[in-house]
Amino acid sequence: MANVTLRNVRKTYPGGFEAIKGVNVDVGDGQFCVLVGPSGCGKSTLLRMVAGLETVTGGEIDIGGRVVNQIEPADRDIAMVFQNYALYPHMSVYNNMAYGLRNRGMAETEIKTRVEEAARVLELSPMLERKPRQLSGGQRQRVAMGRAIVRQPKVFLFDEPLSNLDAKLRIAMRVEIRKLQRRLNTTSIYVTHDQLEAMTLADILVVMNGGQVEQVGNPLAIYEKPATTFVASFIGAPPMNLMSTRPEEIRSQLAGSNAADAGILGIRPEDFVITDQTPASGVALPLTVEAIERVGAETFVYGCREQEGERVAATPGELPPGEIIVRIPGTEAPAIGQKIRVAALRNKLHLFSGDGRKRLEA
Amino acid sequence: MVEEEGFRRYVAHVILWIGIAIVAFPVYIAIVASTQDNALIANGQMSLLPGGHFFEVYYQTIFVGTSGSTREPVGNMMLNSLVMALAIAVGKIAISIISAYAIVYFRFPFRMPIFWLIFITLMLPVEVRIYPTYKIVADLHMLDSYAGLSLPLIASATATLLFRQFFMTVPDELLEASRIDGAGPLRFFWDTLLPLSRTNMAALFVILFILGWNQYLWPLLITTRDDMQTIQVGIRKMITTTDALTEWPIVMATAVLAMLPPVFVVVVMQKLFVRGLVETEK
Repeated sequence: MANVTLRNVRKTYPGGFEAIKGVNVDVGDGQFCVLVGPSGCGKSTLLRMVAGLETVTGGEIDIGGRVVNQIEPADRDIAMVFQNYALYPHMSVYNNMAYGLRNRGMAETEIKTRVEEAARVLELSPMLERKPRQLSGGQRQRVAMGRAIVRQPKVFLFDEPLSNLDAKLRIAMRVEIRKLQRRLNTTSIYVTHDQLEAMTLADILVVMNGGQVEQVGNPLAIYEKPATTFVASFIGAPPMNLMSTRPEEIRSQLAGSNAADAGILGIRPEDFVITDQTPASGVALPLTVEAIERVGAETFVYGCREQEGERVAATPGELPPGEIIVRIPGTEAPAIGQKIRVAALRNKLHLFSGDGRKRLEA
Repeated sequence: MVEEEGFRRYVAHVILWIGIAIVAFPVYIAIVASTQDNALIANGQMSLLPGGHFFEVYYQTIFVGTSGSTREPVGNMMLNSLVMALAIAVGKIAISIISAYAIVYFRFPFRMPIFWLIFITLMLPVEVRIYPTYKIVADLHMLDSYAGLSLPLIASATATLLFRQFFMTVPDELLEASRIDGAGPLRFFWDTLLPLSRTNMAALFVILFILGWNQYLWPLLITTRDDMQTIQVGIRKMITTTDALTEWPIVMATAVLAMLPPVFVVVVMQKLFVRGLVETEK
């Protein structure tokens, strides 16, 4: 059992590219930490640095009170699950799991006990003699997990372990990983670009962008109070609607709040209601419905702001300027082309500074 | 595959059979001639049906050799050829798999120049560098030895390239998983890379064995003693150009014997060979 602490960790590649620009994260003993961010944000690099597969340019990586910057991956007491599983294709399932233990000179009887126990937990017992190519994707994934478990390491590292599975299996494995981690109570760091995976798995969520940490914290706290517009639009699907507070129409409705300093207003799609009334305190917008997406339990209404709406650019999941997504329950929806009014209450508004780097309390 | 109907199919088959006959007939002649009496052949009265001297001729060929031109039992020549071909095939695979491993998995100074040096030697077959090579082998007192026969042919760019290309298709994660599993560079090579290269090695072995077995020019140059000559050189020497009578049955028997080991290797390793050439799954 161990804490993992990253102190001002940096990574600069020989070409001068700065992949990680000073990251500080503290993962407590037994916690499940998820690193989430768009492609190229450095999350995988950071994980590989913890694993020892990438060198550390600056700062300290501390596992269980020991700085491991210069320690070989095998001696860091970590286990890693790779995106493509990286099973040894020529070895049976049993040998795949036993290999690391054998290299450590463990007695064959102890290896057998551990592998069989892991196989039982992961429901792999009937396939111990099979080769990886005879297994389905989900089974391979479980073998990769088994290889990590038998080591009984201080820390599990997961590098997008579910992204090669189909959607249904992904959800099942997600739940299984979480259950397993709770039971073993092993500190884990998990990398994903899927914000849903991140929200459901994490004790602590680390949102990364461009080699930097945007926000660290409890997933729901991050969802409720995103620190930057990047986090606001990255966490939550569909993304938060972000709009400039400059148009008079919006500015007037925000009077009396911090809105004077705010440059950007954010409202989550689920916080809008379609209503003709203007709330006593909040924001109401007239929209023209442009598209409807019905997914069963809920419906997404894509609308265009009626006046020359000027939409603030949000990096991921960006929408065309002036477009607003509204999420309503059920399948009842206005017709395309219909003019509607949507409103959000004051306490559901998110205000950010003009550059999107700072959250302001309304 | 397209199924051809009726007439066109027969035409295709006839053409194929003609092709087979063209290739197989000389082989048949060799087999038939190796069972005939020499006097008959010399008189130009060779029958197209097998004669009755099979055991006699092959016994003499393998254990005694021709009575005039070489006087060396072909059994011994075959042994020489076998040692040479095996040494070349095994040696080439061993050296090139190690050098490919170094080039792909290690970062050392002048890695790329070294790779290009190896690559450039592709353009220099034995025939081109034969004088300097001969000089070196002679100075090292390796004439008339197995080492002299095989060593200069072992260093190989083709095999190194082939293994390099194969190693580059092995996912990096396997190496990383091995590192986390506590396997050092040698362990990774031995436990993971070698087993994965098995089919490639088999395919290469077939090609290299046949290449080594069929060497003619090099053994001709560096072997002078009769007991060191290889079968390919031996066949040529048996055919006298002077007025002595060529012992055709023995020459033909030698030719047949010379065909056997490559055929054997191909037949035995065919499955691995084909898999090694086409396999893509890692």
